[in-house]
Amino acid sequence: MAKRIVVDPITRIEGHLRIEAEVKNGKIADAYSSGTMVRGFEIILKGRDPRDAWAFTERACGVCTTVHALASVRCVENALGVAVPPNAELIRNLMFCAQYLQDHVVHFYHLHALDWVDVVSSLKANPTETARIAQSISNWPKSSPKYFSDVQNRIKTFVESGQLGIFANAYWGHPAYKLPPEVNLIGVAHYLEALDWQKEIVKVHTIFGGKNPHPNYLVGGAPCSLDQDDSSAINAERLAFVGTLIDQALEFVEQVYIPDLMAIASFYKDWFSIGGGLKNYLVYGDLPVSGYNDPSNFKFPRGAILNRNLNEIHEVKGDDPDQVREYVTHSWYKYQNGDDKALHPWVGETEFNYTGPKPPYENLNVDGKYSWLKTPRWKDNPMEVGPLARLLVAYGSGRDDVKEVITEALGKLNAPVTALFSTLGRTAARGLETRLVAHWMKEFYGMLLSNIKNGDTRTFNKEKWEPKTWTTEAKGVGLSEAPRGALAHWIVIKDEKIENYQLVVPSTWNASPRDLNGNQSAYEASLMETPMANADQPLEILRTIHSFDPCIACAVHLYDPKGKHINQVSIS
Amino acid sequence: MQEKPQQTYWEKFREHGYSRRDFLKFCAYISAAVGIQSTGIPQVARALEKKPRPPVVWFHFQECTCCSESFIRSSHPMVDDIVLDRISLDYTETLQAAAGHQAEEALHDTMKKNYGEYIMTVEGSVPTKDGGIYCTIGGRTALDIVKEAAEGAKAIICWGSCASNGCIQAANPNPTGATPIHKIITNKPLIKVPGCPPIGEVMAGVIVYVLAFGRLPQLDGLGRPKAFYAKRVHDSCYRRPFYDAGLFVESWDDESAKRGHCLYKMGCRGPVTYNACGITRWNDGVSYPIQSGHGCIGCSEESFWDNGPFYRHLASFPGFGIETTADKIGTVVGAVTVGGMAAHAISTNIRKRKLIKDKIEENNQKADKEEGGK
Repeated sequence: MAKRIVVDPITRIEGHLRIEAEVKNGKIADAYSSGTMVRGFEIILKGRDPRDAWAFTERACGVCTTVHALASVRCVENALGVAVPPNAELIRNLMFCAQYLQDHVVHFYHLHALDWVDVVSSLKANPTETARIAQSISNWPKSSPKYFSDVQNRIKTFVESGQLGIFANAYWGHPAYKLPPEVNLIGVAHYLEALDWQKEIVKVHTIFGGKNPHPNYLVGGAPCSLDQDDSSAINAERLAFVGTLIDQALEFVEQVYIPDLMAIASFYKDWFSIGGGLKNYLVYGDLPVSGYNDPSNFKFPRGAILNRNLNEIHEVKGDDPDQVREYVTHSWYKYQNGDDKALHPWVGETEFNYTGPKPPYENLNVDGKYSWLKTPRWKDNPMEVGPLARLLVAYGSGRDDVKEVITEALGKLNAPVTALFSTLGRTAARGLETRLVAHWMKEFYGMLLSNIKNGDTRTFNKEKWEPKTWTTEAKGVGLSEAPRGALAHWIVIKDEKIENYQLVVPSTWNASPRDLNGNQSAYEASLMETPMANADQPLEILRTIHSFDPCIACAVHLYDPKGKHINQVSIS
Repeated sequence: MQEKPQQTYWEKFREHGYSRRDFLKFCAYISAAVGIQSTGIPQVARALEKKPRPPVVWFHFQECTCCSESFIRSSHPMVDDIVLDRISLDYTETLQAAAGHQAEEALHDTMKKNYGEYIMTVEGSVPTKDGGIYCTIGGRTALDIVKEAAEGAKAIICWGSCASNGCIQAANPNPTGATPIHKIITNKPLIKVPGCPPIGEVMAGVIVYVLAFGRLPQLDGLGRPKAFYAKRVHDSCYRRPFYDAGLFVESWDDESAKRGHCLYKMGCRGPVTYNACGITRWNDGVSYPIQSGHGCIGCSEESFWDNGPFYRHLASFPGFGIETTADKIGTVVGAVTVGGMAAHAISTNIRKRKLIKDKIEENNQKADKEEGGK
C-alpha cells in the first residue's frame, strides 16, 4: 500500500518548499517538489534604470547574497558592451569566494549537519575519547577533553531546561543516525564554532561592499576605490584585514570543515549509492582569471555533461535560443500558444494561472499544475546544477587542481568517482569545492596586491555609465555560478530603461516540477527509491533535499498578476 | 520536562563560570547598547537575574532570509548565546532541526503552552491578494498563519523592511498585494526594525532590550526603536564635513572618491534615511555602505525602491537640522523626494561651509606638499 507523505515546511533551507512523496514498501516510489511562495520580481523591474537592477535582484536571496547582484551587473555590462577593470573583476572574485566560504560552511553545519548528527546522542559522549578522535583527524586547537566537556554541559543544561528551542521535536534517536556519540559531540561543538566563524569571512563583503548581507555592487566596476595613501579608500589596513580573513578561512576549512566532512561521511557510505537522481549536469562557470569575457580561463569551467559521460563536455551558450528553455506544464502559469511548448527566456511569457487547491489544503493535485517554479531544460534535458555539477565539469575538463582534491578525498573514503553521483557525493562536492575556493581566493588576493604594486588602482570603467551613451536598444546576458548552481540573468534595455528582465536560477533547475513529457527535475528524481526507516519521520527526505541546499525565494519570481504576457526578444 | 523551572540569566552566567562582576559588566554593556543611562544598570541586572528564557517564534513569509542571515552575523551578543542561553527559539524555518508536521507541532505546542507570553517575530511581508495564495506554508496561507499566531503573542517584532514596510515585493506595482504586518495586526504591541536587512547587532539589541526590561523599547512615531532609528545616516556620517564643505564625489573612482568625499551627488540617500549605519556600522563595526564608497540606498525607509533611481541625486529638503526627528519631518521629506523639485539648499552649517572647505583643502595641500618633499 502506498502512503502519501507531505513535508511542508522543509526547514533549514531558504524559502518555502513543499515535498509530497509516495512511500511503498519502505521506499519512495514517487516524489513531487513544490515552491509555495512568489513575489513578482520581473514585473517590478520593468521600466526601471538598468543600473539599479543589481540591488533589486540581489534581494532575490539573502542567503546566497551578492550572487544575483553579480549576474545582474554582468548582464547589463554585456548589453552595454563594457568591460570592467581587472581590479574590479578581482574584487568581485574575492566577494564571490567569501560568499562560497560562508554559505557552504553554514549549509554544512547549520542547514545540513543535523540530518547526520544526533544532538541528543552527543550527551552520551566521553569527552576524553571525543578529544582523542578530534586530535586524530585534525590539528584544530580547540580539541581538549575540557573543551568538549564544556560544550556537552552547555547542551545538557539546554536540554534539561525543557526548552529545546530549535532542537525541539526533531528526529533524535532515529535509526538512520549512525554516528557514535563522540563524533556527534564534535559535530555539535563545531556547529557552534561555525556559527561564530561565519560572521567573520563576510567582512570581506563589508570591506568592499559596505555591508553583509546585501553588499553594494556597481555596473562598470566596483564602488570602492583603491588608494594606499588615503584613510578613506581601500588602503593597506583594509587589504591586510582581507588577507587575515582569508587565512582564517583557509584554516577553518582545512582544519574543521574538511576533517568533519570526511569523518561523518565515513559512517554514512551507504549514502554514496542513494539519491543520485539525474544523470545530466549543467555549469555556466565562474571566477574569471583573465576577464569575464574569457570563459576558457575561469576557475570553474563552463560546460554540460549528459548521461554521466565525463569524457564529453558540451558547449553551453547563454545567448543560444535553443539551449535554455522553460516549460510551464506543471507550473501555475499559462502560455499563449499552449502549455505544451517550451520557450527560451528571451521569448518567454509569464501569465499567472493558479489552479491549485484553495488553502488550507492537505494535498496538491500533482497531475496538474503544482508549483510556482517553471521547469527549465537544457536542449530539452533535465539538468542538475550545483557543486557536484561544477566539480564534474571541471574533472571532465581535465582541471588538475580539481582532480587532485577529488582523488585525495575519494581515496581516503575508498570510493570510486562514480560514488559522487549521490546524496553524499553532492554533500562532499560542496566541501571539496570550498577547499578549492579558499585557495583560489588567496591567489586572487595576491593578484590584486600585485596590480596595486604595479600602479594600477582603477576599479571603475566610466565609458558607459551615462545613459546617453547607450544605444536605443540593447540586450545582454549575465552568467554566473551561485553557490547552489548555474545562475543567469537576461536583460532587454530600451530607451534607457528595463524593457524586460528574466532570471533563471539554480533552484529552479533543481526544484522544478515535471516537464511536458513527465520528466522529473533533480529534487524529485533524486528522491526516487530512497529507503525510509519511518515514513512519519522523513529524515531521509531531508538528507537528499538538503544535499542540494535549497534556496527557493530565488527560484520563484516569475509571475504576472494581471495575466499580461511578457514577450521577450531574442538576443541578436 | 516542560514543567521544570527555567534558568535565569544570572544562573546561566554562573554556570558558564562567569563571575558576578562579569555579569554586571554584561548588563552595563547591553544597557549602553540600547542607550540606557548608567543609573539604569541595576535594573537591567535585576531583570536578567530573574528572567527565564522567553519563548520566541520566528516566521518567514515573503522574504529572502537576509534578516535571519543578518541576525546570525551579530557579534554582540553572539547568536549562539541568544539562541541557546537567552531565548527559547521554538519555531524558525531557517534553523530548526524538525521539518514538516514535527515543525508545525512544535509551533502549536509553544503557542498553546505560552499563550499570551511568547514573542512573535516576523520576517517578510504577507501577500493579501487573491486570498493569499502567493505564500502558503503547510497548505495554509501566510495571512491565516500570521493572524492565528498574533492572537496569543505578547508582542510582535517585525524584522526588516519586508515586515515593516513591504519592501521589494511591495514596490510598484506590488503584484501579490504584499502587506506589512502592522496593516494586518492592529491590536498588539509591535516594533518595526526596518532595513534590508537591519544591522545584526541592532536586531540582537532589540531582543536584548525586550528581555532585559520585559517591555518594548521607546519607539518613534513610525514604530521604530529610537535607540537605532532616531538619527539620519547623513547626520552621523563621517563624511558629513565634506558635504558641509561642498566637496563631492563627481564620478565613481575619481580623486574625490579616493579621498572619501561626500556621495550626495552619486545618489546617496543618507540625508533622508534613519538608521544606525553611521554609528553602529556593519558586521561588528567594520564598515558601512558610504565608507566603502557607495551611497546609501535608503533601505530602512518606506518605499525606498520607488524613490529611485538610486543614482539620481536627491532633490534637497528644506530647513531641518540634526536635532529634527523623523516624526517631525517624515512627511515633508516624503513629499519633497517624490516631487524632486526643490533646489539644493543646505540648512545646517551654511555659514561654516567656506571655512571648513578651506581648512580641508589647506590640509590636503599640506599633505601633498609633504608627500612631494619625500
